[in-house]
Amino acid sequence: MVDAVVFAVSAAIILGGAFGVILSSHPVRAALSLIASFFGVAVLFVLQEAHFLALVQVVVYGGAVVVLFLFVIMLLGVDRSEDLRFEPLAGQRVAAGLVGLMVLALILGGLFLSGPGGDEGAVALSGQPTQNGTLELEPNNPDADDDVDRLADDLFTRNLLAFEATALLLTIATVGAVVLVRNRGAEDLVVDEPGSATH
Amino acid sequence: MTLAVGDPYLADGTVDFGDVLLAAGKAVVAFAVLLVAVMLMVWFERKVVGRLQNRLGPTVAGPFGLFQTLADGIKLFFKEDIIPSRADRFVFQLAPYLSLVPAFLTFTIIPIAGDFNGENDGRVTMFGRETFLQVADLPVGILFFLAMSSLAVYGIMLAGWSSGSKYPLLGSIRASAQAISYEAALGLSLASVLLVSGSLSTNEIVNSQAGSGFGGFVPNWNLIVTGFVPFVVFLIAGTAELNRPPFDLVEAEQEIVGGYHTEYSSIRFAMFFLAEFMNTVTMAAIIVTLFFGGPAGPTFGSIIPGWLWGFIWFFSKLLVFLFTFVWFRATLPRLRYDQLMDLGWKLLIPLSLGWLLLLAAIRLVRNGRIDLLDDGGLVAETALVISVSVGILLLGAFLLSMAATAARTERLASRGLTAVAVSDPVVASSSRADGKEVE
Repeated sequence: MVDAVVFAVSAAIILGGAFGVILSSHPVRAALSLIASFFGVAVLFVLQEAHFLALVQVVVYGGAVVVLFLFVIMLLGVDRSEDLRFEPLAGQRVAAGLVGLMVLALILGGLFLSGPGGDEGAVALSGQPTQNGTLELEPNNPDADDDVDRLADDLFTRNLLAFEATALLLTIATVGAVVLVRNRGAEDLVVDEPGSATH
Repeated sequence: MTLAVGDPYLADGTVDFGDVLLAAGKAVVAFAVLLVAVMLMVWFERKVVGRLQNRLGPTVAGPFGLFQTLADGIKLFFKEDIIPSRADRFVFQLAPYLSLVPAFLTFTIIPIAGDFNGENDGRVTMFGRETFLQVADLPVGILFFLAMSSLAVYGIMLAGWSSGSKYPLLGSIRASAQAISYEAALGLSLASVLLVSGSLSTNEIVNSQAGSGFGGFVPNWNLIVTGFVPFVVFLIAGTAELNRPPFDLVEAEQEIVGGYHTEYSSIRFAMFFLAEFMNTVTMAAIIVTLFFGGPAGPTFGSIIPGWLWGFIWFFSKLLVFLFTFVWFRATLPRLRYDQLMDLGWKLLIPLSLGWLLLLAAIRLVRNGRIDLLDDGGLVAETALVISVSVGILLLGAFLLSMAATAARTERLASRGLTAVAVSDPVVASSSRADGKEVE
């Protein structure tokens, strides 16, 4: 009962936020709607007892990512309303709608066509299938009782390579961003640099 | 939905009317305690800063000027509420709430009293139910603090942006840059505490610090167990996160008027003010919880019950840090913007990261996961690991500074300039002027 009410409310917040993101003509309002949507997802995580994921969702997406979005919006001065009737790429909206419908069909098809034991596909990713086909996610440390322990166990043993690869990818992205910015602004940088002197 | 919360009154998995009443009662009491604490804190800050600057501070309203804050609140409440014509009305009105709500929510995870001696674990019996004296003991409590402090940025950011004016926008951009920079150092120094305590729940963190440690009389506080450095980093990063002096560039009067709340008036301004002081009280409480054992402490005699001793300990420790924050404000000059960024990124983050790795290595030795010497004894083994780790970290720092120096020399050479020592401010500033002449 409580579950259903919480789910309904947070689903409404998520959907409302999502529509707000694509329908509001104002970049800052769109970013605000995005926060609402992320927050709703965090509540759903709590409902599934994934407390750690819920708070990571708020810290990383709700906190850091959208703050950076807003930062860029404010610094670039694009915080004006845009005319949504203007379409920069011809036919882009129709294509987006079609792809969206296809993804929706795929998800709904996956949901309704698969039977009770239909999650073997997910089992291949991690964990062992049990008798009734549900996923058992406790292979290494059966003593682990909360989601933080289990997540750490999974992340730092079985999926360590993927974890390290992701870290490397993010580092490359950061270094790349720095290199791109440095080359363009090198002229101005030297003047402001402390400790530079003429011959 | 089963309730995976640590609080014992919810442990039976069922929720009846009494449980709901208890939860609501605790929330109301926490809110009242925080409001009263804020009221006294504003008075305390004005009084102490006054005395430190050889003034009297508030004296007129009530005994010792105690009701000054109340008077100011009433005054603000009855002032005219002005919304600038260029403001984004909806966001402008929303922003104060976005500041205030996270400020209050953070306080809910702090254990403010309770008896942590023996097997009590901070449990007290209220209305026939065993419970902790904190609003909620989340299994990931301390992450909740980080989440709320990252959400609190929105209030400041959107306030500055929606005012439709230059100075507030500058203030809010400064605020968000500062918050993002110092959150990393804050989180990394916090990770050291989590490493020793082995839990994210605030109640567990306090519990792990109860009792006495080395020698039987030294407290088992994380301050000592984590070796001081995380505490120092946390205190500095926490002060920066609060936008309090000496890190108050967000509202530097001489440069950008009032910063993000320049255009705010009446009760909306009061809400920002309230949120700021709530955050100060909460940050002091978090420091006490993480590093100084929170309400844990010895009890003397049976006249005062154990849980009240907890409150006394918590409150006295809290007062020390509230005074420290005021002391900072009265004595330290404001940092320059580049100094602020240098301190955060180049000193605090590498320091706390290195310290975390060191602590983790020591922990592995003590758990017997690293065994370099055959039967060398725990002390020799620990010493070896510490020296190797410190050696690696120092080597890394040395290589990094070499690389930075080489890159700078190369950049300057390509512009026909020579590098001089940065540490000499006179040369540095004069050379900067020279550099402009070259342009």
